[in-house]
Amino acid sequence: MNLIVCVKQIIDPETPAAAFKIDPEAKRAIPPKDRPLVISDYDEVAVEAAIRVKEAQGGKITVLSLGSQSATEVIKHCLAMGADEGILLSDPLFEEEDRSITAYALAMAIKKIGDFDLIFCGRQEGDWDAGQVGLGIAEILGIPSVTPVKKVEVKDGTALVERVVADGYEVIETPLPALVAVSSELGVPRYPTMKGIMMAAKKKVDTWTAQDIGADSTRLGPSGAKVKMLKLFIPVHEAKCEFVEAESPEEAGANLAVKLREAKLI
Amino acid sequence: MAEYKGVLICGELLEGQLASITAELLGIGRKLADDLGQELSAVLIGSGISPAAQECIYYGADKVYVIDNPLLEEYLTDSYVSALEKLIREVTPDILLLGQTSMGRDLAPRLAYRLDTGVTLDCVDLAIDPDTKLMQQTKPVYGGNAQAVYVCEAKPQMATIRAKSMSPLERDESRKGEVVSFDPALETSAIRGKVVDRIKEEVVGIKLEDADIVVCGGRGIGGPEGFKQLEELAQLLKGAVGATRPPCDNEWVPPHYQIGLTGKLVAPTLYVGVALSGSSQHLAGMSGSKNIVAINKDPEANIFSVAHYGVVGDYKKVLPAFIEKCKALLAG
Repeated sequence: MNLIVCVKQIIDPETPAAAFKIDPEAKRAIPPKDRPLVISDYDEVAVEAAIRVKEAQGGKITVLSLGSQSATEVIKHCLAMGADEGILLSDPLFEEEDRSITAYALAMAIKKIGDFDLIFCGRQEGDWDAGQVGLGIAEILGIPSVTPVKKVEVKDGTALVERVVADGYEVIETPLPALVAVSSELGVPRYPTMKGIMMAAKKKVDTWTAQDIGADSTRLGPSGAKVKMLKLFIPVHEAKCEFVEAESPEEAGANLAVKLREAKLI
Repeated sequence: MAEYKGVLICGELLEGQLASITAELLGIGRKLADDLGQELSAVLIGSGISPAAQECIYYGADKVYVIDNPLLEEYLTDSYVSALEKLIREVTPDILLLGQTSMGRDLAPRLAYRLDTGVTLDCVDLAIDPDTKLMQQTKPVYGGNAQAVYVCEAKPQMATIRAKSMSPLERDESRKGEVVSFDPALETSAIRGKVVDRIKEEVVGIKLEDADIVVCGGRGIGGPEGFKQLEELAQLLKGAVGATRPPCDNEWVPPHYQIGLTGKLVAPTLYVGVALSGSSQHLAGMSGSKNIVAINKDPEANIFSVAHYGVVGDYKKVLPAFIEKCKALLAG
């Protein structure tokens, strides 16, 4: 089977709120100096999902990432987990943070890769939380999609996919090729093994530009953006916390109960 | 060149009645329509749904389109995207709103790409810019650490709204409006995929989203055993138990316990967070809580930046004492 995974490199979402800073002019978050960039959470689960399908069905996993040269680290991480090949999409024309542009670029890259049975991506990116690019890729390629997904099994040329819904899940049967947007309920992504890391280090990650993928430049850059960001800001938290003082944790617990009772909350 | 006019909301039904998100969509839809001096319409998609159409009018719609077809009994991406696409091309609304729900988060992006327009998902605020007359769309980003305001010049302008972030209007049976049937001429061959099974998670006791008191445990609980104490506290206070993502990912508790950006949204009168750091992703799911109490051994934990009451200490020592005192106070 030909499996493709789309991944994104982002600022670590575990960055403590106190260390999180934005540049209101550039309308981006400022990468904290002491924290490395990471693979978007759900994208890592998507890699795990692809590896499970490869283990069951055999085949090849190609990892695709649209970003700057530093995104190569994230691609290598996916190779170390068990993906086979990695491709970086990098071009100034891709830099506009617009879902239409990202989806179009990734879709054109996938067309260049050629045959595919299943495309995996995370249900939403850990920075902008939009959750649209995967579905956009599916729409541009004209294939069915399922989101958000907690299990993927392939059987007789179709995929049986468990889709998370508000009060449980649905089992959807979808013809291939298809795209699945994976959620963390699928499971914890496996740690790369030493062997995996060494093999990944030896692999070359190609870089493709807008020209390489045959992209129509009018669909890229500022003219290709459908949605414009007017403003990025950090909302101010106004709550002031009343800390319960006590000699011991046990006393604090008891005092807390009294305080809440006095406030008529319990 | 079609003229794009009017606000259209895509409503949802729950067991034949309007789902709460529908009234919320009509509430914000009415406000946007009034600011623009335009009409507010609603569309309902499904099978055997016509009786609910009038309810949309009572909650603010001037017109309701009903797309009623047995093929639409269950939500499927292809059939619903196609049905709504056909209506949009016919009606050409200026603004199209959906809920950030299982249906909305799937339908909206594909529809936006198909209509060659943009969409902003999970909006917590929508407003008309007085100068440009465009809809400004505000949504949390970076897991809730920041908020971004977007605008789209392509039409229709599309957005999904976060549940419980917009207020419905008062239901008014004297409101008048028009109900219109719409046939999207669905092609069955274009519907790929089908639902082969549906599994409902067993929820024992009060539903998390509806509970007035929520007790929530985080990574610091350490394992499934610690959650038993939280269950005890929740039972005592007649509330529900929730969790942040790590306990769910680690399978200490079932997945439907998750409160957060991609979990449940809660806004109870009392929220007690035990051994959780308060990541932005989690705050996004509970920051609407009226009174927030936090117990954590780390004084720098982010949860204290939103809490009203806090105890810095090991929950294993604080919580049992807290529960015992609650029992005594409630008995007396």
